[in-house]
Amino acid sequence: MIDFNLSENDEKILAGVREEALLCRKYARHYDENEHEFPPDELPEASSWKPSVKRGEPSPEDSSMPVMSMLGIMGRHWGDYSVRLRQDRGGLGNAALSASGTPEQKTRWGGEVLAMAITEPGCGSDPSRVQTSAVLDEETDEWILNGEKIFVTTGCRSTGVVVWATVDKTAGRAGIKSFLIMKGTPGFEVVHKEKKLGIRADDTATLVLRDCRIPRDQLLGGDETVKQKGSGGFRGVMKTFNMTRPAVAAMGLGIAEAALDFTREQLEEAGFEIDYAAATASLPAPVAKFIELEALFEASKLTVLRAAWLAGEARPNNMESSVTKAHAGTAVRRITQGCIDILGPMGISREHLLEKWLRDCRITDIYEGTGQIQRLIIARGLLDYTRAELK
Amino acid sequence: MISFGTTEEQEVVREAMRDFAAQALRPLARKCDEGSAIPDDLLQQIWELGLTSTQIPEAYGGGGEERSPVTNAIVLEELAHGDAALAIAGVVPSLFANAVLDFGTDAQKQALLPAFCGERFHTASLAVVEPGAFFDASRPRTVAEPKGDGFVLSGTKTLVPLADRASHFLVVARNNGGVDAFVVPRDAQGLSIGEAEKNLGLRALHTATLELERVEVGPEARLGGEAGCDVRRLLDGSRTALAAVMTGLSRAVLEYCVPYAKDREAFDEPIARKQAIAFMLADMHIEVEAMRWLTWQAASHLEKCRDASRAAGLARSYAAEKSLWIADNGIQVLGGHGYIREHPVELWFRSARTLGVLEGTVTL
Repeated sequence: MIDFNLSENDEKILAGVREEALLCRKYARHYDENEHEFPPDELPEASSWKPSVKRGEPSPEDSSMPVMSMLGIMGRHWGDYSVRLRQDRGGLGNAALSASGTPEQKTRWGGEVLAMAITEPGCGSDPSRVQTSAVLDEETDEWILNGEKIFVTTGCRSTGVVVWATVDKTAGRAGIKSFLIMKGTPGFEVVHKEKKLGIRADDTATLVLRDCRIPRDQLLGGDETVKQKGSGGFRGVMKTFNMTRPAVAAMGLGIAEAALDFTREQLEEAGFEIDYAAATASLPAPVAKFIELEALFEASKLTVLRAAWLAGEARPNNMESSVTKAHAGTAVRRITQGCIDILGPMGISREHLLEKWLRDCRITDIYEGTGQIQRLIIARGLLDYTRAELK
Repeated sequence: MISFGTTEEQEVVREAMRDFAAQALRPLARKCDEGSAIPDDLLQQIWELGLTSTQIPEAYGGGGEERSPVTNAIVLEELAHGDAALAIAGVVPSLFANAVLDFGTDAQKQALLPAFCGERFHTASLAVVEPGAFFDASRPRTVAEPKGDGFVLSGTKTLVPLADRASHFLVVARNNGGVDAFVVPRDAQGLSIGEAEKNLGLRALHTATLELERVEVGPEARLGGEAGCDVRRLLDGSRTALAAVMTGLSRAVLEYCVPYAKDREAFDEPIARKQAIAFMLADMHIEVEAMRWLTWQAASHLEKCRDASRAAGLARSYAAEKSLWIADNGIQVLGGHGYIREHPVELWFRSARTLGVLEGTVTL
């Protein structure tokens, strides 16, 4: 049954997330200004801090796990993009492992923090152009990897990395496989931490592979995927993206909500009433603008919840996932820019976090598939076109 | 619980309404628009769907089915997918009946509702909008002054739907610092009903101006009696319903543009294979989805009797902006053909522009 009301328990969980997020926000400016200092694995408060709101008893009225997971992501990013009371275990590579790994691989590496390395200096939105190569040495039963990976999220902090490499450059997408490489493997090096517009406290690395040898069984999904050449190796890795696109949208929306909340406080302090029932023409310009931004936020958030709800129902959500990211990617840019429009000098001052939120959320429309790539996916679905028919 | 899951019944209703809209509404949309009129037998056909009478309790002669604003939002999206003007005309009776149901006293229900439970089309209407620039539904200029037990109503209302056929008008007016609604019979002294208004869009929907020159009504005319009526809530319902209509209209544009763009060739390939066109279509799809979920959210709050003002306000303003954008770009996808009245896209564009300024012409 269609419903948009959080249960009591849902509310309590999210209130706890918010409290913790607010604590993290105290450190947000420091790690933004000191780009190459990582936030600690645990904040000093970690041992003593407890949420004032206790979780309630679970009930049938509670929202599904994927929905709550998206709302949780929004809540944490509402505090700060990078700072956590205790840093999350696991990265994108862990999602790839659980989606495509063999049961044995899942047991073996499930406890590691795994980053995901896809982008290269010469390929971003079109991962089928991956140049990093993997060649099997039949004598030693080892893969030999060579190449360079950039924009690797959690690249420094992780204990291992899932790397996309091609086993056959002539095979295009079909030749691409994922390999699990642990830190410390000879020939595998983390060389550089990127300097960025925003999400500066985030760990974004460049990785280099020079004749890096790994055992044959570190091919994600097992060896048999190599033998079935041209049959869905690429699709296996793309599967990872189905919940990550809404998650990335949720991250951006968490930041956008922080900007909206800050702007609302300032408007109210200045004596503006935010009246949703009044006609636009009779509202003061800053309020009319604010309501427009709020509508944009709400629309975007609902696309995310819808994609997550579908996942909870075990229904396909590929197109819906792209909708979330395409929508939120544009929305969060407009929202944070619009909040600065409303607040003027206060919006760009580094005394406040609004200018940081503008920089932080700008990544939403870029990584995990740019807004344009999402539109390409949506248009293909809508028009029933193949990749060849709509490039 | 956050859930987008429709019930089996809602899916059955959706399919039935989709079929009806495709067979009965869409084929007549152009003719009704050009002639600025809806044939009686079409209104009768919509009446026979039972949208109004089935949701009136048995005590007042209705079908006694539970009214679900969410289901009604789904119904409106589907009907408006056929045509927005015909969809709105078809539910004008509910506009009045639902207001009486939600806020009326038992005596008012007894007096007014049985007329909506017959076999023949019957309607009354709601008078919210006022002429001139800067109209604000939450601050009407029409005023009710107390006189004896009753009231004297003065003011002007415009865009009153189906004013030519309505037996009564529910007139929204300022009353003692607040806002109330008053039931005014068609033949009330001092009430004059103007000629059909000529508007940019929704031409098939008859609307007129009402002049209220010191119209005297008794105390029983005040909807809700002593308690009055929550006009804000009434408008929340209307805004959510408008958002549902805009969603249906937008989907109609998108679904018309997709096959057109796949069929129309330029530079040796379908224009749909150009990103400039494909991305426009993708954005249309994204926004149709977004406005539907905003509509459902507001409708669900109404259904669960929660405060819906914010959700309804955001749904309406967002849907208004995006439906206009979609219809506007629908014309662009068709190019010169979009400008020609042989295709429905220019009609949808005019409808979208008109819907954006309407209040209180449709409800859940």
